[in-house]
Amino acid sequence: MSAVANTPLPPRAPRARFQGSHLAVHGILIAYTLIALVPVLLVIANSLKPAGDIFTSPFSLPTPHHHDFSGYNTVWTQSHFTTYFTNSLIVTLASVFLVVLLSAMTAYALAEYDFLGNTFLALFFALGIMIPIRLGTVSILKLTKSLGLLDGTGVLGTVFTDRYAPLVALTLVYTAMGIPLGVFMLSQFMRQVPKDLKNAARVDGAGEYRVFRIVLPLVRPGLAAVAVFTIIPVWNDLLFPLILAPGEKTKTVTLGAQQFLGQFTSDWNSVLAALTMAMLPILALYIIFSRQFLAGLTRGAID
Amino acid sequence: MTLPETTIERDLSMESDRLDPSGSAAYGRRTFRQRMRRIPWHVAVFILPAFVVYTTFMVYPLLDSLRLSLFDDAGKFVGLDNFHTLFFDETFSKPFWGALEHNVVFFAFHSLVQNPIALLLALLLTVQGVRGQNVYRTLIFVPTVLSVVIIGFIWSRILSPLWDLPLVHTSAPLGSETWSLPSLSLISVWQWVGIPMIFFYAVLIAIPHDVIEAARIDGAGSWRIFRSVTLPLILPMLGIITIVTFIANFNAFDLIYTVQGALAGPNFHTDILGTYFYRTFFGFQLQPGSDAMGATVASAMFLIILLGVLVYMFGWARRVRTYEF
Repeated sequence: MSAVANTPLPPRAPRARFQGSHLAVHGILIAYTLIALVPVLLVIANSLKPAGDIFTSPFSLPTPHHHDFSGYNTVWTQSHFTTYFTNSLIVTLASVFLVVLLSAMTAYALAEYDFLGNTFLALFFALGIMIPIRLGTVSILKLTKSLGLLDGTGVLGTVFTDRYAPLVALTLVYTAMGIPLGVFMLSQFMRQVPKDLKNAARVDGAGEYRVFRIVLPLVRPGLAAVAVFTIIPVWNDLLFPLILAPGEKTKTVTLGAQQFLGQFTSDWNSVLAALTMAMLPILALYIIFSRQFLAGLTRGAID
Repeated sequence: MTLPETTIERDLSMESDRLDPSGSAAYGRRTFRQRMRRIPWHVAVFILPAFVVYTTFMVYPLLDSLRLSLFDDAGKFVGLDNFHTLFFDETFSKPFWGALEHNVVFFAFHSLVQNPIALLLALLLTVQGVRGQNVYRTLIFVPTVLSVVIIGFIWSRILSPLWDLPLVHTSAPLGSETWSLPSLSLISVWQWVGIPMIFFYAVLIAIPHDVIEAARIDGAGSWRIFRSVTLPLILPMLGIITIVTFIANFNAFDLIYTVQGALAGPNFHTDILGTYFYRTFFGFQLQPGSDAMGATVASAMFLIILLGVLVYMFGWARRVRTYEF
């Protein structure tokens, strides 16, 4: 070691290194990217092919002349996919809206005001990041049942009717589930907003609610990260739709796909089409928001 | 306008008084209205909605589940009898310990396979001067954003002997008592490897280039730099990743339920705590469902997760040094 240390090496510019090692890096990364993507692409490509081709040439691609939409047709006519999509959209959008708004309000108050119990409240909310909400399933079912949200009875249930009451139950559970991480992430963003800016607004006569509305656009990257973070687990969840909204009219896409796939096991066209339809919205969303999503995961370490 | 800095610094309720010409009242006796104004209503308005929803639909159900585990299905207080049943009564204890054992195996696969792959990928994604790393990063993460249900079905199709894919050619690992749990663990690793990868990545890109360069000038090779510089810097993150994986693994449910059903076949060989909880709570062919026993299984899972978090906090996080740049 010490002998080597005596011979100073010239500092190397990052780009001027031996290219061979870069080739190896690309090789491994491409190989792993294929491992990650091929199973997904295999399903998408084969969903568009005639049933025979799925088995005889699974790795061939569908062409404009050689394709088959019958799987999509079956899914569309044999199941209520439009209803499932609508339900998933309602639940996801409502949950995201509530999580982002309520978390932002709480994070703002926790970061901005120094009051008795501030640290306690921050810890109280942070607790929910560690403990999975699923462990409360038994009581969540009892609670939503007693509120009449499962069958549309009671005061709350009648307001929303049995068509929407289970979706309200799901939304409330997902909102509660998303708030801890939302508060935690947005607190970090809220603390970075300069104090001078808020005080300047106050000097100009803005009330506390107005100041909050001025701050909100400044933490937009944080809001986007929280939104994406809420959308993915909510859209993908199976357990709570299975327990709280199993009715045909109230199923979400994930549950609908799961049960459709269980019934149509031998119809490969339809199975692959249903899988593709269930994953495309989230894939599109991820591709659009991947930067915010990954930045949120690394708490801003990615530019 | 000059603000009375010294008083408002700690007293948030003064926020609105500051600009009020009569704000000097704060120094004298207050009228009722002024007292009411001193209560920081806006703080309550900001926090209360989130507090109410979070407390009602998350904190209360978790505590209530713990409470329910001390009662029987008729609502009679039975102390720790349910736990005694769960741990020692053959009908409950056998599947419980089995599920726990499978869960440990499931977690071991994640720790031993997922972390090295994730670290390798993160290291490759942070090699200086390689182009297109953002694209790789985004694409490798794709399985992680997809639903476990989708992933489960994709893999059960790929591993299906019916499809007989050229590269797979297997004898149906998902139907084998020996291979089904390892296969499902690896499917889960395949899906979730993006999370530890991105966590490691975040630490690696935060390491200042000077530190690496200094080690290189001191004559350290790539391996030596990794072992002596990078590894100590990522150790705290390894702890965080492990505890996050632990929590996720010990309440996993969707994958097993989707691929093997609630009975976690073949012959319960892929049963983990999540699926066992579901069966206990809702019942299945051989056994009626029970709120009390469901809550007891959930409480046992809660205690296991709590134990893991405590081990992490006191056994790991306190001993591993965190470096800040």
